[in-house]
Amino acid sequence: MKVKVISRSTDEFTRERSQDLQRVFRNFDPSLRTQEKAVEYVRAVNAAKLDKIFARPFVGAMDGHMDAVSCMAKNPNYLKGIFSGSMDGDIRLWDIASRRTVCQFPGHQGAVRGLTASTDGRVLVSCGTDCTVRLWNVPVSTIMESDDSADNSAKPLAVYVWKNAFWAVDHQWDGNLFATAGAQVDIWDHNRSQPVNSFEWGKDTVISVRFNPGEPNVLATSASDRSITLYDLRMTSPARKLIMRTKSNSISWNPMEPMNFTAANEDCNCYSYDARKLDEAKCVHKDHVSAVMDIDYSPTGREFVTGSYDRTVRIFQYNGGHSREIYHTKRMQRVFCAKFSCDASYVISGSDDTNLRLWKAKASEQLGVLLPRERKKHEYLDAVKNRYKHLPEVKRIVRHRHLPKPIYKAAALRRTMTEAERRKEDRRKAHSAPGSILTKPLRKKRIIQEVE
Amino acid sequence: MGVKQENGTPGKVVPAIEQEISEELDMKVKKYLRGEGANLKVLQDKKLKGQLAVREELYGKSATAAAKAEKWLMPSEGGYLEAEGIEKTWRIRQESIAREVDISSSKNQYDIVLPDLGPYTLDFTSSGRFMAVAGRKGHLAVIDMKNMGLIKEFQVRETVRDVVFLHNELFFAAAQKKYLYIYNRDGTELHCLKEHGAAHRLQFLKNHFLLASINKFGQLHYQDVTMGEMVGNYRTGLGRTDVMQVNPFNSVVALGHSGGTVTMWKPTSSAPLVKMLCHHGPISALAFHPNGHLMATAGMERKIKLWDLRKFEVLQTLPGHAKTLDFSQKGLLAGGTGSFVQILGDFSGTQDYSRYMGHSMVKGYQIRKVLFRPYEDVLGIGHSMGWSSILIPGSGEPNFDSWVANPFETSKQRREKEVRSLLDKLPPETIMLDPTKIGNVRPARKKEKLTKEEKEAEMEAAIAAVKSNPLKKKTKGKNKPSKRVKKKQEVVVRAKRPYLEQQMKEQEDLSRKKQKTSEDIQLPKSLQRFARKKPSNIIVLKCSCLFIAFNILYKL
Repeated sequence: MKVKVISRSTDEFTRERSQDLQRVFRNFDPSLRTQEKAVEYVRAVNAAKLDKIFARPFVGAMDGHMDAVSCMAKNPNYLKGIFSGSMDGDIRLWDIASRRTVCQFPGHQGAVRGLTASTDGRVLVSCGTDCTVRLWNVPVSTIMESDDSADNSAKPLAVYVWKNAFWAVDHQWDGNLFATAGAQVDIWDHNRSQPVNSFEWGKDTVISVRFNPGEPNVLATSASDRSITLYDLRMTSPARKLIMRTKSNSISWNPMEPMNFTAANEDCNCYSYDARKLDEAKCVHKDHVSAVMDIDYSPTGREFVTGSYDRTVRIFQYNGGHSREIYHTKRMQRVFCAKFSCDASYVISGSDDTNLRLWKAKASEQLGVLLPRERKKHEYLDAVKNRYKHLPEVKRIVRHRHLPKPIYKAAALRRTMTEAERRKEDRRKAHSAPGSILTKPLRKKRIIQEVE
Repeated sequence: MGVKQENGTPGKVVPAIEQEISEELDMKVKKYLRGEGANLKVLQDKKLKGQLAVREELYGKSATAAAKAEKWLMPSEGGYLEAEGIEKTWRIRQESIAREVDISSSKNQYDIVLPDLGPYTLDFTSSGRFMAVAGRKGHLAVIDMKNMGLIKEFQVRETVRDVVFLHNELFFAAAQKKYLYIYNRDGTELHCLKEHGAAHRLQFLKNHFLLASINKFGQLHYQDVTMGEMVGNYRTGLGRTDVMQVNPFNSVVALGHSGGTVTMWKPTSSAPLVKMLCHHGPISALAFHPNGHLMATAGMERKIKLWDLRKFEVLQTLPGHAKTLDFSQKGLLAGGTGSFVQILGDFSGTQDYSRYMGHSMVKGYQIRKVLFRPYEDVLGIGHSMGWSSILIPGSGEPNFDSWVANPFETSKQRREKEVRSLLDKLPPETIMLDPTKIGNVRPARKKEKLTKEEKEAEMEAAIAAVKSNPLKKKTKGKNKPSKRVKKKQEVVVRAKRPYLEQQMKEQEDLSRKKQKTSEDIQLPKSLQRFARKKPSNIIVLKCSCLFIAFNILYKL
């Protein structure tokens, strides 16, 4: 007879001294954990609920401007700093961590309409309705210390006066050229008081300009004649133009897929285009209920933030038709500019109420340094939530957002209108000769023409 | 590798072992994969296919990792009992086992004789560390099995029918003469649950924190012990019973009735999920295999049956009687009747249970309850003269998981675990026959209406089948070629007829429907007043006929 029975000595399975860690034994046998799917489902529901509980995206407001914030610029070489310009000609450099003004750049007579920093982060370029372009030295030392003891207002490096008011400015990602938009597109060098090159296509005002992050000589502009135009600095004339039904207020290139850009349009939508194929939008991002004023891509290229005239900030997936997140407060007025921070974890919005607001990019993310166990727990809960996201209860909780009443009503109204339009179109189609009416998809519907 | 082995060189022996190991690992991986993966070949959507392929690969990797962990990292190995020579395992007595095993294990063999307050019933916590015992005449006790220390013992001075631990050893419920009571470990009465009535049998669903009871009127109660809410209260309508068991796999409660039926219940429906006739006489005991696919029932007609719960079929019928049945973690089946305990085991791996061990107690002892102690090779027996414990090698799971059930749990760990299990408390709706269905897509229903092509194909098939049948040889005069041709045609027509008839019927229905709808909108509204009104017309006609007839009569 051979016999063995389970026999455990307490010493082997418990700790020796009270300072030791408790010993942990694992057995992954599925029959020990019954109903694991139900347990996972319950965890997913709880995780979704917890996410809602911890969704506190608003970090703080940066107060100081005397007039509406009209534009902002990130410093590509310094994470904590952000520049903002206001309608009264004030330019400020903010320290995001302490949410205080580090430095002021006085000088503009009218509204500042465009701000940009050079790629090395040393020079700030501003332009405005007073027909001047000003170059400023970015004070590196005051950023580091960020004390407000000394006189922290800077003097401009150079002031270039030109013929027309400016609407926007953007610096090349690689090189020392920058482009301004106004009556035409002007290309400037840091050291020349006059533009080195000018482009004109049509007579209307150009309202925004953005350089391509991948190809330093390519830029895109939008104009008030409802066009989006692509330029190449190596050519003498603009390359391509696209005319839409409504004008685009702003453009942003996807930094990870630099052939794609997204335009923030007056008709409440954003349109993502492939620059090589302008006859059709790649994706239409709907959700805003009023004109979209500004757009900025996250450095990851997976999502972008938009600020809108409807007093909200929304975050979209680069390929998602609807927004992932909506941010609003009672005090925030029309949002004129919105930026993703350079580490993709914060969003900054500037609005009519003279404030800059700092938001978390992921509303319920835990700030600060995470312990490995905490991080693993978050990862597990995210995975579980992702696995059960299609189940009605989880989906309902994850999707739910509280909306201000005017936006809720406006969204409902817009829905009714589009639905009515669709119904009308359907009926017209049903009562016409087959094939005589062609419905265009929304991706093409808003495009009038593509001009080479 | 096989080829190398044939060469027989000494260096090639190692791969054989490796192969064996890999085969063993493959077997284990299968267990951790929890069923078949998704069939990616039928998918049209490339994106989905890619995502699922990544996912499947991940599952494969984690299963392999788990299998390897099981193979190499487990601290203990399972027990066994092997007979040598002409020995039979079921002839080996407890005394001889006690001589062979180590001292600490042989301490698990004992009889506690308490003749006054029996018969006794017992329950273990899920880690097997604590035991609650209840004597019929009112003796309640909680015992720490690690050091055999009596934690608390008290007398309630009325009938106690059953006792069950709640989620940990701090609380236990006792079914007493009139009501159900919940006590804590110190013997303080915390709750008196009057709604349950005189409960006969208790079960605790630990994933759901539900206390289930069946009372003497055959009412099944489910009470949430966290919030105190009565989740379900159902009349079984099948009479008084004291056979009740929870299926650990899906938390469905099964009841055995005196009519020979077994019914399975969930707290969210008033009708049983399953009602199966298992025996011809009353059912005396019921037990579930931990994997949930096997049920053992014992009937008064001296039969023990093993059922496959996936097909609801009998797998095996064994002769014998059992007043109480229990499955161990490793799948051994213990049955107790009179003063004899029989252990059955499945050694072929094909769910074919045969004799494994037996144990007879002192004559005259009446066994009331047998229960395997989790994570130990021990069987607890409650009987009329106290309780006993015997060694059954190979019955328990050798390796515990600290996060599931830890026999060496400290009070801090217990508190932590209580919070965690409360966070993961399942709602009662998650109790269903197949718990893996949660989060799955329900398979599409088969189409009920056939399309035109399918109908035609069916008819063609029927005709072809008829045509292929050879004609019978007929007697002279009836076998003319013309008659044969006619016969053939007739056969085809006959085969066609039902299909054509159905087709005609459908068409008729359709046209009738059309007529009905078209009648109303035949004429524009402005012209409808000129339309003939059929029924009234006929009456008018009839009247005029009568009138003419009268006129004619007058004139005559």
